[in-house]
Amino acid sequence: MLEQLEGSQAIARTVAACRPEVISAYPISPQTHIVEALSDLVRTGELAPCEYLMVESEFAAMSACIGASAAGARAYTATASQGLLYMAEALYNASGLGLPIVMTLANRAIGAPINIWNDHSDAMSQRDSGWIQLYAETNQEAADLHVQAFRLAEQLSLPVMVCMDGFILTHAFERVDLPEQEAVDAFLPAFEPRQVLDPAEPVTIGAMVGPEAFTEVRYLMHAKQLQALDAIPPIASGFEAEFGRASGGLVREYRLEDAETVVVALGSVLGTIEDVVDGLRDEGVKIGVLGIKCFRPWPLEEVRTALGSARRVVVIEKAFAVGAGGIVGQNVRLALDGLGVRVDDVVAGLGGRPITKRSLRRLFGDVLEDRLEPGALHFLDLDKGVVERELERMRTHARPGPHAENIVRELGIVAARPH
Amino acid sequence: MAEQRIKGYQTGTYVVGNRLLDPEERSVQARMDRSNTLTSGHRACRGCGEALGARYALDAAMRATGGRLIAANATGCLEVFSTPFPESSWQLPWIHSLFGNAPAVASGMAAAMKVKGRDDVRVIGQAGDGGTVDIGFACLSGMFERNDDVLFVCYDNQGYMNTGVQRSGATPPAARTANTKPVGSEPGNVFGQGKNVPLIAMAHGIPYVATATVAEPRDLEAKVERAMGMRGARYIHAFVPCPLGWGSASEDTIRLARLAKETGLFPVFEAEHGEITEVSRIRRRRPVTEYLELQKRFAHLFSPTENRPVLDRIQADADRNIARFGLLGGAGEE
Repeated sequence: MLEQLEGSQAIARTVAACRPEVISAYPISPQTHIVEALSDLVRTGELAPCEYLMVESEFAAMSACIGASAAGARAYTATASQGLLYMAEALYNASGLGLPIVMTLANRAIGAPINIWNDHSDAMSQRDSGWIQLYAETNQEAADLHVQAFRLAEQLSLPVMVCMDGFILTHAFERVDLPEQEAVDAFLPAFEPRQVLDPAEPVTIGAMVGPEAFTEVRYLMHAKQLQALDAIPPIASGFEAEFGRASGGLVREYRLEDAETVVVALGSVLGTIEDVVDGLRDEGVKIGVLGIKCFRPWPLEEVRTALGSARRVVVIEKAFAVGAGGIVGQNVRLALDGLGVRVDDVVAGLGGRPITKRSLRRLFGDVLEDRLEPGALHFLDLDKGVVERELERMRTHARPGPHAENIVRELGIVAARPH
Repeated sequence: MAEQRIKGYQTGTYVVGNRLLDPEERSVQARMDRSNTLTSGHRACRGCGEALGARYALDAAMRATGGRLIAANATGCLEVFSTPFPESSWQLPWIHSLFGNAPAVASGMAAAMKVKGRDDVRVIGQAGDGGTVDIGFACLSGMFERNDDVLFVCYDNQGYMNTGVQRSGATPPAARTANTKPVGSEPGNVFGQGKNVPLIAMAHGIPYVATATVAEPRDLEAKVERAMGMRGARYIHAFVPCPLGWGSASEDTIRLARLAKETGLFPVFEAEHGEITEVSRIRRRRPVTEYLELQKRFAHLFSPTENRPVLDRIQADADRNIARFGLLGGAGEE
């Protein structure tokens, strides 16, 4: 049913349609509206049977999901940013135990300095945690991905993280066709756990494994996650057949035919990028977009096929590996190994900085005119003057003080400003 | 306080035995149909108090629930010695997740049972003192505060024994551990304010809190049975000596557990909804030195010279417990 509503409300109602049996969550912006709405639905009985645990931390939230899932209940939580880091130990445990928990991650920056706005530092920090990571471009897709996520998680017995940009999506009001209960029920069978804590059939879960078998267990985790590359396309096409719209999948190609330059990105920024690319196409520029919908497991073959005939690739990512460079970019380079395609990494939108069409157009101009320094990590809209003055202060002052406060003092503002 | 209810047939000054009892009144451990929840073959040290405590507690819980019991276990000795896969000593459904999250995992299990209409299946969480009073403390307090339907049992051996005997929040003052060695001006663990988790549990107002020792298995069993007769968050803090960590003889485990109670160092009591309802009185009061000198972790208090000021402080702690909990005046006290 088409409705004009906030992204978080769309997610909450879609998750409710997936009939989670245990929800366990701890509040953190910008995830709060999702779990508040779910709490309402449990309290009013609209979502029943369901137990909602108001736990004392994200660590407990994930831990209660682990217990619930191991006891055979469909379990759900949502978090963001510091909350994801606080549950990091439990994330690895959930994936190691093969528990099909589904989590919404309302992507937000990680401090210090503390920042509540959007980027992908949180999700990227846990990219190797053994969770499947799906990235939503719109609220419609975010809602749809949750239905697919439960199906995928339970089919493979692996946890799935649905990443949606904090505030940009979670707090945006737009039109969403909410998945109908009957259709969700038809698409998502009841949860049949692979093993369960049941007095009728006692099992020991979470035993110690030594060097004699640990490598094989970890290999199987890898093999099992790679199975998602085979499982996701039919789930996405099955969803399209059931619900009449395309959502999810591994990658999404946009105007890639004959494209010499391809922009790679994840999440909500894809819409802005596509707008800019449309403009450049109108001017005759052979440019296209590859949206990564599934980042873990990494769809290496699909990326290689989609980008293999491009001359250059520019990866726009909302996170980076400090001291190393791009994260998505490194994965793209791995996929393009031996093809001689140039890949530039551009970090953009950190801590909620808007990624504007004007900035992207300037960036793509630099790419097309070959003005980007090869091999360097590029930062969209970086205020070079500010960082150079701060670097100078470090050189000349014995006690230069904290960078964050110095820079904000210099800028004379306390909130994000448009670029 | 009213005269104490005797929970077992007393065959001597100390022993709570079974042989003269009607079979129906025997302890769970003395029954042919006990569930052997933690069965033989595990790798606990000789004289391990935790293995005993877990066996008593879980067999009693299994009996009380008709075998409808599932368990969450924190990382620690109990987890390591019981599950070196492919071997497992557990004869009940059992999950180990992490060191610090056993109470939260148990909460999730209880929620799952409730939502599935299987609340005949009961949930027990268990951890050592590290997993309870330190790293698992936030999850434990959260579970108490929500009054989740979980019995949590702490097997307190007063230190991080699994990692090589380091100090925990439950390590007593002056005790030698791997990181509180008897060197410097204040040998052994510091005299802090302590962290009395049974009292903290009571402060949550939860339905049931009890302490027990492995010296009195009938008492521990009775408390577990009582706890399983209630709903909501329940907590049992079981005192379990550790020969390895304490430097005590393995045959002294029960003696030490009894002395901990009889000196007043470990008060044994029950509480409901934040109020103490029963105190297990001291039968034969002993000086703390009798308890301390059996353990190498306190050897520096006795040689090369006796450290009287520290011994006096420990005795004062015991005396304070005796006064605070009213531990004297029990039947048969000498």
